[in-house]
Amino acid sequence: MAAVAGSETIRRGRAPGRVGNAIFRGVSSSAGITIVVLLGLVAAFLVYRAVPALLATREELADVGFMRGQSLLGYVAPLAFGTVLSSVIALVVAVPLSIGIALFISHYAPRRLAQGLGYLVDLLAAIPSVIFGLWGLQFLQPLVGPLFQWLSDHMGWFPPFSGYVGPAKNIMTAGLVLAVMILPIITATIREVFLQTPRLHEEASLALGATRWEMIRQAVLPFGRSGIISAAMLGMGRALGETMAVLMVLAPGFAMNLYVLRPGQHQSIAANIANQFPEAGALGADVLIATGLFLFLLTFAVNLAARWVINRRAEFSGAN
Amino acid sequence: MKRATWRPTRVAGLALLGAVALTVAACGPGGVDGDSGNDDTAATGGGADETSELSGAIAGSGASSQENAQLGWVAGFTEANPGVTVSYDPTGSSTGREQFLNGAVQFAGTDSPLKPEELEAAQERCGDGEALELPLYISPIAVVYNLPEVDAEHVNLTPEALAGIFAGEITRWDDPAITEANEGVELPDLAITPVNRSDGSGTTENFTEYLAAVAPDVWTHEPSDTWPIEGTVSGAQTQGMIDTVSSQEGAIGYADASRAGDLGTAAIGVGEEFVPYSAEAAAAVVDASPPTEDASDLRLTIELARDTTESGTYPIVLISYLVACSTYESEADAANVAAYLSYVASEEGQERAAQPDVAGSAPISDTLREQVDAAIEQITAAG
Repeated sequence: MAAVAGSETIRRGRAPGRVGNAIFRGVSSSAGITIVVLLGLVAAFLVYRAVPALLATREELADVGFMRGQSLLGYVAPLAFGTVLSSVIALVVAVPLSIGIALFISHYAPRRLAQGLGYLVDLLAAIPSVIFGLWGLQFLQPLVGPLFQWLSDHMGWFPPFSGYVGPAKNIMTAGLVLAVMILPIITATIREVFLQTPRLHEEASLALGATRWEMIRQAVLPFGRSGIISAAMLGMGRALGETMAVLMVLAPGFAMNLYVLRPGQHQSIAANIANQFPEAGALGADVLIATGLFLFLLTFAVNLAARWVINRRAEFSGAN
Repeated sequence: MKRATWRPTRVAGLALLGAVALTVAACGPGGVDGDSGNDDTAATGGGADETSELSGAIAGSGASSQENAQLGWVAGFTEANPGVTVSYDPTGSSTGREQFLNGAVQFAGTDSPLKPEELEAAQERCGDGEALELPLYISPIAVVYNLPEVDAEHVNLTPEALAGIFAGEITRWDDPAITEANEGVELPDLAITPVNRSDGSGTTENFTEYLAAVAPDVWTHEPSDTWPIEGTVSGAQTQGMIDTVSSQEGAIGYADASRAGDLGTAAIGVGEEFVPYSAEAAAAVVDASPPTEDASDLRLTIELARDTTESGTYPIVLISYLVACSTYESEADAANVAAYLSYVASEEGQERAAQPDVAGSAPISDTLREQVDAAIEQITAAG
């Protein structure tokens, strides 16, 4: 084969890029396939292990202590609710803050300070979640306790704020810790998008006599809207699956309500798996894996929804 | 059928301490000791030879409550028997029993005894032998509270008051149900925050078992390893419990006594007196308790007398069993398991686990040790 192709090799010698091209194409497409295969394997594992729990009868499930006699759906529903609630609280807190930080870095801060601040935010992303859990437990919890007490005393007429019981091991504290955790990824993404705002748009706005704030409103924010949404969804993806921090901060419960200041009302799927797995037993482990499958689907759905929103908004973003 | 090479006796058990020193200091001068059956003469020199002859690997899995004690035991046992590798995987009681029954591990640790259907499975797993259940880990559960202003060494709590607090009926520290038992102690006008474990736990199971036994009128829930009341303040694992109680003044919880740290611990009402937790009081309640109905000389399961009124007993304890087979297929397994279990049951092993930096458990009494040693002696290899 080599002998036959001899004359061709000489010809190829003039264009060495071809060989490299083929190799690189092979490497990158197999990497691309790997991720699909991995995802498929994870999904297959989850389904395979969840099947016994999905098929188990009510009587069999009654033996699983931590389910307290619930059906599988009745067990997953409050967990899913708690997962979404904690993530929504985190987003409500983190997104406005992130937009502010990103704007400051991209448009207000002096260049040097902006760079340093950008690094700091990225550094925040490198802190392991167990550290955030400890921080939430030892630092944030005593700090927000009196605040929650005050809220509960003075604004208790607003049902979600009623009935605070110390220590502050409620979904609100968990949401706040999550907010801090997802801040870096949201800020970094939004900052990049804001920095890409076409210079001409900004200058045109300023030339028309807009103040800086008006310019940001007219040019930067509309341009960055889809970026903000996708950043929020990235953050939500992380918040949905966060385990350690929630496990350490939250006193879990299985209710579906909005009493965000009460302990023992909510629990997230991931934290629940970590909490119950050590003493779960065979069917119990399957049940927990089934809830994991549900979390997988939930994250998948959130990402799909984000894609859909971004695609729909793309034409209005002013990017073109 | 051939006897396993290791046959522990009380003498040999006591001699183990010496044997450790001997194996280190005078390694192997005894040569090959063919007859392993001469227990009485094997007290010192022979003991050392026997232990040093053992080799192989045994694995255990089960209750996470035993984890720290097992770490200590494995370290101590390996010092005396460098040829044997022992591992213990804290997978949880039910997983441990499961893995033992399907033969994945040679011994298991479990907070609750084998169920009847598991006993049947055990017969098959043990090659027509029987399962051994040995109560070798006794751990007092302390009722911990966070009352920095109270200077009494222990706050006294009657069983009814304790049940009332955790059932949510007694909500303030100056409630008459508490103050009446604490004359001369000034209890603050402060809300009580009961804290429970959020994960499934043998500690919770034993604590709720105690409450259900001593105050059935107040505590109307079934004992279970999952806390039965919803909407409570809770913490994950023992550390989470301790952290939560520590972070809130007026909080009260229950935890492995060795982990109580700076928190106050309650003296529990037993009969007419109030008993604070101690290793002796915890071992005393085990001795005062009858065996369960289906117990045998191999399965030393105990029906804890939670409602005992005997003086000097501390009734809130967790008993964790070590489960093994009376017959093993391989001779090495039989010898290693027997040697390991008799080390665990020995005074040295129990003392080691009792050290506060190991597990802080309560050493078993000599009476119980006799029964345990007799059971371990039955471990053999299948012909």
